[in-house]
Amino acid sequence: MKSILKSAVAALALAAAGSAAQAADLKACFVYVGPVGDFGWSYQHDQGRLAVEKHFGDRVETAYLESVPEGPDAERAIERFAREGCGLIFTTSFGYMNPTIKVAKKFPDVKFEHATGYKTADNVATYNSKFHEGRYIIGQIAGKQSKSGVAGYIASFPIPEVVSGINAFMLGAQSVNPDFKLKVVWVNSWFDPGKEADAAKALIDQGADIITQHTDSTAPLQVAQERGVHGFGQASDMINFAKDAQLTAIIDDWAPYYIERVQAVLDGKWHSESTWQGISHGHVVMAPYTNLPDDVVAMAKETEAKISGGWEPFTGPITKQDGTEAAADGVRLEDGAILGMNWYVKGVDDKLPQ
Amino acid sequence: MFEAVLLTVITAATPLLIAAIGELVVERSGVLNLGVEGMMIMGAVVGFAVANQTGSGTLGVVAAIIAGMAMSALFGFLVLVLVTNQVASGLSLTILGLGLSGMIGEAFIGVPGLRLPELYIPVLSEIPFIGPVFFQQDAVVYLGFALVFAVSYVLFKTRAGLVLRAVGDNHTSAHALGYSVVRVRFLAILFGGACAGLAGAYMSLAYTPQWVENMTAGRGWIALALVVFASWLPFRVVAGAYLFGAVTVLTFHAQAQGLGIPSQFLSSLPYLATIAVLVLISANRRLTLVNTPACLGKPFVPDR
Amino acid sequence: MRIELVKRKEHSSLMTLLSPLVAVGLTLVAAAILFTISGKDPLLGLYKFFIEPLTDTWSLQEIIVKATPLVLIACGLSVCYLSNNWNIGAEGQFVFGALCGSFLPVIFPEFANGATLPMMLLFGAAGGAAWAMIPALLKTRFNTNEILTSLMLVYVAGLLLDYLVRGPWRDPGGYNFPESRIFSDAATLPVIGDGRMSISAPIAVIVVIVLAVVLAKTLKGFEIRVMGESPRAGSFAGFSAKRLTIFAFALSGALAGVAGTMEVSGSLNQLLPSISPGYGFTAIIVAFLGRLNPVGILIAGFVLALSYIGGEAVQASMGVSDKIASVIQGLLLFFVLACDTFILYKLRFVKKRKAVAIGEASHV
Repeated sequence: MKSILKSAVAALALAAAGSAAQAADLKACFVYVGPVGDFGWSYQHDQGRLAVEKHFGDRVETAYLESVPEGPDAERAIERFAREGCGLIFTTSFGYMNPTIKVAKKFPDVKFEHATGYKTADNVATYNSKFHEGRYIIGQIAGKQSKSGVAGYIASFPIPEVVSGINAFMLGAQSVNPDFKLKVVWVNSWFDPGKEADAAKALIDQGADIITQHTDSTAPLQVAQERGVHGFGQASDMINFAKDAQLTAIIDDWAPYYIERVQAVLDGKWHSESTWQGISHGHVVMAPYTNLPDDVVAMAKETEAKISGGWEPFTGPITKQDGTEAAADGVRLEDGAILGMNWYVKGVDDKLPQ
Repeated sequence: MFEAVLLTVITAATPLLIAAIGELVVERSGVLNLGVEGMMIMGAVVGFAVANQTGSGTLGVVAAIIAGMAMSALFGFLVLVLVTNQVASGLSLTILGLGLSGMIGEAFIGVPGLRLPELYIPVLSEIPFIGPVFFQQDAVVYLGFALVFAVSYVLFKTRAGLVLRAVGDNHTSAHALGYSVVRVRFLAILFGGACAGLAGAYMSLAYTPQWVENMTAGRGWIALALVVFASWLPFRVVAGAYLFGAVTVLTFHAQAQGLGIPSQFLSSLPYLATIAVLVLISANRRLTLVNTPACLGKPFVPDR
Repeated sequence: MRIELVKRKEHSSLMTLLSPLVAVGLTLVAAAILFTISGKDPLLGLYKFFIEPLTDTWSLQEIIVKATPLVLIACGLSVCYLSNNWNIGAEGQFVFGALCGSFLPVIFPEFANGATLPMMLLFGAAGGAAWAMIPALLKTRFNTNEILTSLMLVYVAGLLLDYLVRGPWRDPGGYNFPESRIFSDAATLPVIGDGRMSISAPIAVIVVIVLAVVLAKTLKGFEIRVMGESPRAGSFAGFSAKRLTIFAFALSGALAGVAGTMEVSGSLNQLLPSISPGYGFTAIIVAFLGRLNPVGILIAGFVLALSYIGGEAVQASMGVSDKIASVIQGLLLFFVLACDTFILYKLRFVKKRKAVAIGEASHV
């Protein structure tokens, strides 16, 4: 009976995709913007893919394309997977949004999942993680641990996710040190170890004794290690690169989400939805707290528990950089306001690129 | 503060300096090798891999130099023996290097690297300011400076340098005088490859001690620009490399000061500065003509 | 014993035909070895890489989509290279052209009628040519090395696009994400076929034909070739090297700009922070693979596009690393360059310098 069911599903998949026969029940495919070896964003997505393979064994087959540039090549890469019999396709970069929607129109029976975008369709779901929750925690740690009261932030591109990360970090730091200062450097790249290292050095030279980054390489942490200051890992646990410098890391853990969504397709219960979860669902994980005194670890864990219990770091009072009020005391910012954030909170020593 | 900035500039300038000094010798011999980026990235990955496997930074550096030379030998075979187009051969060397390094490096992603130790020069390193900046660096930085002096000396004070320049300026006459144009050029190309490999090793063993794909991020091209910028004179390469390094580092400082200038504008400054200096230097025709190898990029086939 | 090259009295027509085949054959052998090293079935790999993409209409169309900008840019570059103008900044001209071409649909989206597309293409061509004019003028005025200035301008153009898309040209309805508004239908190139192929493909073919005729049959073509091979002879004939430099850069910039505009209008439908997966650089290879000959470029563009699509295919279906594709591309180019040597030269084995030739390997 089971095998009849299985072959029925396989036949369905075959009909849906119009491609070669497969042994597995589902082929889940992933499109990455960087090399899987970036040890950051794409690496973590690929860890999620490997977790899917491990969890489902022979039932699910996976495939991936790496270093697919955003732009004309993306649509081809996505359509290739749709044609080759993938039943579920994860497109893991913001720039894949419109290509994903375009291909999804052509293949109504294939399910698509687009990371970090805002456009959905009947067969396109979106997903992202509340990274700013982790940023609030590391901001608090920075506020406690910084002797100079100045942190340096190496930022990639001024998109809302990065801006909200900077703000959450600042709010966290201000919650323990109201006079905290934050210097921001934009390197205009997600991944350029040399540039990130130079930016980290410049920030340290200007008085920052905590370095944090929204870029993917381990270079800033290595600089922190060399210069005897502290920093935080980004996307993956980077403790091996900076044993004495890393205080914790914000880990993107896509595995629970990927397993859940693959399961949903296998069960026939997949719906298009927009998932945006953080610490509470294990989509954002804090790496072990290291190189910290016990009271700071306790504080961090307490905040982590509070966030996990449903508290939102973007809860008023929040004042914008220009002095206007963003949220009154006790008022929680709307999801949309966080997802489209294009203003700084008060105290950030930078002008937001417009 | 100033001292710290200078230290950062030295690290940023060293790989450019070393790769550029190698390419300078290649171009002085009349060959244009656009594959610096490809040789550099191979040096970076091989240097990292060997240092990681053996635990010895020195062996890593040596292996990186050999890797750079192997790549350049391939290029040399094509452009000297088979007389292929130098521009196209150099570009394909870069493509090949980027791909090959990615393949070799797959096993070393996410592996912490080892850092070349700093060598404190006795007495000199004690001098305030100058000591920490110039005499507490790793061996490659010293080697970079030594290379500049050595290249300058050999080029302008020795017979070998004279022959090299003669080959670059007029290969037909050099050949007529009995010098082996192909051999001189091949040796120059090998030297260029060795320097590019060393520069790559500096990237993966000192600048950012790790291996990541594409980690040279266009520095090979900057090195090429520096050679012209320097109008083929070794000491000007130093000036160019430091100027470029300084502009890069200072743009980050300008940002950290919160000046509010669009970061894209600051990021484009090093490139615009290079163009501006290139124009200034090349506008002085007398100077450029004296130093430009007249046979640069021209193929040579001995007629017999 | 040593090997020497001897210049043939005239081009070997046999080698002209044979050389690309030998090069492809060597590449296939190298690719098979690479597949074997990475633990994959070499025959299946070769099939998926080089044959399968040609057997399916979708991937054939995709090859053409990928080849179109490469061919257009390479055509312009060939004129540059034939006349000894080393423009390697086509990537920047592509981007700046695309920016100028997108000016109308981004800033005046309500201007949508039959004139929109032609005007966009015109703006794109003008923009690309203007960007190429910078290194050209610096070369003719100040004698500045054009290889480096054109290359530096690639980065500047990329950063300018980045600035505009993240700042002033951002889609007002796009939640601050870095993308321009989506172009109206009037600003979108008409599609032909059932895939993504647009009228840009036939336009590229027309450019190839026109350029082939110009190079072979007109005075301008003669001027380009003469000035490339012997500038002194050219100047005796009354040709101006400076004017030709301006012409070559303007033409290649304009073609790159048109390619950029068509890519944005036909494939992307909007501006993004990065719009080119390195077309401008890949086109340099296409130009040389095609031996700086328009028809050759058409074939080379197709072959290189095939190597991309094939590389993706083996990655998606066999899990072969994407680096292998770039290694294969590099090797292909090496082999083609090396084999082309034997069109102009033949090998001679000699015992020692100035010794008598003991054998001649003519017409291998």
